[in-house]
Amino acid sequence: MQMMNEQTGIPFILNGRPVRSLSAPGTRLLEVLRDEFHLTGTKCGCKEGECGACSVLINGRLVTSCLIAVGSIAQQAVLTIEGYRETERFAVLDAAFADMAAVQCGFCTPGMVLATEALLSEHPHPSAEEIRQGLSGNLCRCTGYQALIQAVRTAAQRGAGLW
Amino acid sequence: MRGEALYVDDLLIDGLLYGRLLHSERPHARILAVRLPSLPPTVTVVDWQDVPAQNQIHIVQDDMPIFAKDEVEYVGDVILMLVGPDEQQLEDLLSQVRIDYQDHEPVFDPEQSQQIFFDYHYGHGEVEQAFAEADHIFSETFHTGLQEQAYLEPNGLIAVPTTRKMTVRGSMQCPYYVKTALVKALGKAAEQVQVVQDVTGGGFGGKEDYPSVLACQLAVAALKTGKPVKCVLNRREDMATTSKRHPSRCHYKVAVKDGLVTAMDIDVLMDSGAYTTLSPVVLQRGIIGAPGVYNTANLRVHGQARKTNTVPNGAFRGFGAPQTFFAVEMMMSHIAVALKQEPLAFKARQLVAQGDMTSTEGRYHFNVSLPELIQRAEELSHYREKRQAYARQSEARYRKGIGLSLIYHGCGFTGNSERDFIKAVVKLKKRRDDRVEVLASNADIGQGIKTTFAKIVADQLAIPLDQIIVNNPDTDLVPDSGPTVASRSLMTVGQLLAQAAAKLKQVWEPGKEQEIEEQYQHPEYMIPFDMERFAGDAYPTYSWAVSVVELELDRLTGTADISGAWGIFDVGVPIDYNIVQGQMQGGFLQGLGYSCMEHLAYSPAGVPQQTSFTDYIIPTAADVPNLVTDLINNPFSHGPYGAKGAGEMPMVGVAPAYLEALEQAMNCGRLEHVPFTAEDVLDRLGADPDRQQAEPDTWVSRERKAAGKPAAQVKSAGGGDPACR
Ligand code: FES
Ligand code: FES
Repeated sequence: MQMMNEQTGIPFILNGRPVRSLSAPGTRLLEVLRDEFHLTGTKCGCKEGECGACSVLINGRLVTSCLIAVGSIAQQAVLTIEGYRETERFAVLDAAFADMAAVQCGFCTPGMVLATEALLSEHPHPSAEEIRQGLSGNLCRCTGYQALIQAVRTAAQRGAGLW
Repeated sequence: MRGEALYVDDLLIDGLLYGRLLHSERPHARILAVRLPSLPPTVTVVDWQDVPAQNQIHIVQDDMPIFAKDEVEYVGDVILMLVGPDEQQLEDLLSQVRIDYQDHEPVFDPEQSQQIFFDYHYGHGEVEQAFAEADHIFSETFHTGLQEQAYLEPNGLIAVPTTRKMTVRGSMQCPYYVKTALVKALGKAAEQVQVVQDVTGGGFGGKEDYPSVLACQLAVAALKTGKPVKCVLNRREDMATTSKRHPSRCHYKVAVKDGLVTAMDIDVLMDSGAYTTLSPVVLQRGIIGAPGVYNTANLRVHGQARKTNTVPNGAFRGFGAPQTFFAVEMMMSHIAVALKQEPLAFKARQLVAQGDMTSTEGRYHFNVSLPELIQRAEELSHYREKRQAYARQSEARYRKGIGLSLIYHGCGFTGNSERDFIKAVVKLKKRRDDRVEVLASNADIGQGIKTTFAKIVADQLAIPLDQIIVNNPDTDLVPDSGPTVASRSLMTVGQLLAQAAAKLKQVWEPGKEQEIEEQYQHPEYMIPFDMERFAGDAYPTYSWAVSVVELELDRLTGTADISGAWGIFDVGVPIDYNIVQGQMQGGFLQGLGYSCMEHLAYSPAGVPQQTSFTDYIIPTAADVPNLVTDLINNPFSHGPYGAKGAGEMPMVGVAPAYLEALEQAMNCGRLEHVPFTAEDVLDRLGADPDRQQAEPDTWVSRERKAAGKPAAQVKSAGGGDPACR
């Protein structure tokens, strides 16, 4: 049985740990994360790549996991909110989002946090325009984005050197 | 923030089955036969025959079926549910179900509809006389479109049956609404039904009535299978079949004498959709606000909601008010322009003030802060200066415009509902460890009510915030303090909690279990609302707002760049400044979406055309203007710490401000509908070049004196706009 598991399934790195998915290769990564690995921090808002609630990082790049087939990510590194929340960078974002009241219903938040990570990795000191563009793939119906933009700006200031 | 909050789709329950709904494909038809494919033994069909008591969902009335029996009334009406362990299998089976329909003629245009669901009249003064004596009479018709709430978490619930009880849990605003509907549908005693709110990913009204529908369907399925059954709608299904903002047509006829409005005659028509659901209350709020924030000595208002064979429309932030405030603000602005006056100056001369009569012969009992709000809006936006400057622009490709609107939001339920129907009760339970639990049925749907409640109670008791416990409501534990609607949770329920906390403080005994209950008392100052006459105080008080939008239009592409936006609000006193600001900003942006991009329409066959975020466009971070929101203090003596209703208001005034700005930038005559998209701009700019020279005020009636007649003649505004370019 052990042997079988090592050879079957799709191997990838999930939040720093090697794992194998036993789902069919065409299964959406979103469903693999939520149903197979019970990582429900990644949310489903549309399953069509439009809302960003399902955002994760693959090799540091922001993607919508609902549009990724698990078969296409063999050997790649997937980071979800459950892995990211253990990092020092997350702690900075967490505080900034809280101070700016950037979370209302929270459904968009895990995706927003990962979008912010991707944004700050690319632009550690983003301009207002870069922040808007960086978050524009993630819909939020509650906040009007002002508090989110403030939170990103605050995190960039406080986290100087981290990104 | 950490992704740990569990929404309904994240819950794992032993033995869980899934339910998938079969929706009608026809807008209006008789069901002749239902042909099912052969079903595996693990799959169960649930339909109207399985409903134990009444096959109608209680909302305000009981007219919407849980499962359609003989007739379907809109594309999306639910006929049956398939229940089983594998969602994908259910989807495959659903696609093989065949329904034989006998089509009836559907009605999509409310103007053509013969079925009037609700009809209200009210007014005062001598309307006919005022029109007879008018210098000018203006008349115009306005339309507003459908709008989808577009909460990020779709609707979803789970029904869990046990031998003693039926429990329904999930995403919702109003646990006790769901409970009442379940008791009626299942024919159970109140103690046998439990409703629990889980973390809810946004509502905005879209989870006010719809959860009662899904709850009844799921509970019937759970009863039949004896297993927990879950259904989380997919986005397309949610957008295509659940409630939206009522489209409206508002017709205004306004008399002006000596430069002031002397009478308004208003006719409002709302498209209810296929069932009544919340239409009576949406219509009431809409028509009460129809004369806007202006003194109108002579007033006649008529409102109807009619049936069409479309998705039943329901609650959405603003609840009828965005429609009529849009119309009245545009009307006032258009009259000002026709009289060659600056719109704000024209409006400011006739504002209501404290002590004045409301549209329904109630009173504005408290300070009307509009003058202060206008002043603040001026300071921040330089509206008047810009308005003048932009009027002198050349006919270039890029043109700027600025617009401003004035609105109120009637706080809380309309009329006497709070006293007669809701009768809110709250409890505070002090535990032995001196922690205090707040027991109220109001749901946190992202608006931060849990934090605000905790702050109020902690402050009254002078104990630290972390000693206060606020859980999501569970009808087995919390009393019915009413639904999470109408911007009432903080003002009404928060006040009860403040009173309960004050009482608890007086009897506080450390280390002892104590419980305090507080019940709603109707404010004594209120003039009782007489539903027959439609007269009295419709609301205990009002929140006020000024919205300003500034934009730059590219007349070649039709796109408008929002270069500035300001929302100045009086919500009494903000208890949590950040939370209120977040509400104002989020609401304002929904208002901008309503103004210019959120377009939703039905095909000629009655099928909703925009059912995903790909074609129903809501604002993204890249669309955000430099939005500035500001609050002034105007304490309300009967609200907790002076707070009034807040959540809905920011949505209401944006559309007229946006359209007034767009009108100025287009310089092409009057605009009269929202959403007004880039396509609409191009259409209008390109329309009939021959009429370019048309007088901008041809829609105005001739002056009475010039006409030499006793009464002014009315010219309809319909389609009379001059074209440009
Ligand atoms: S669920 Fe993937 S983008 Fe919406
Ligand atoms: S906080 Fe609700 S969608 Fe963003």
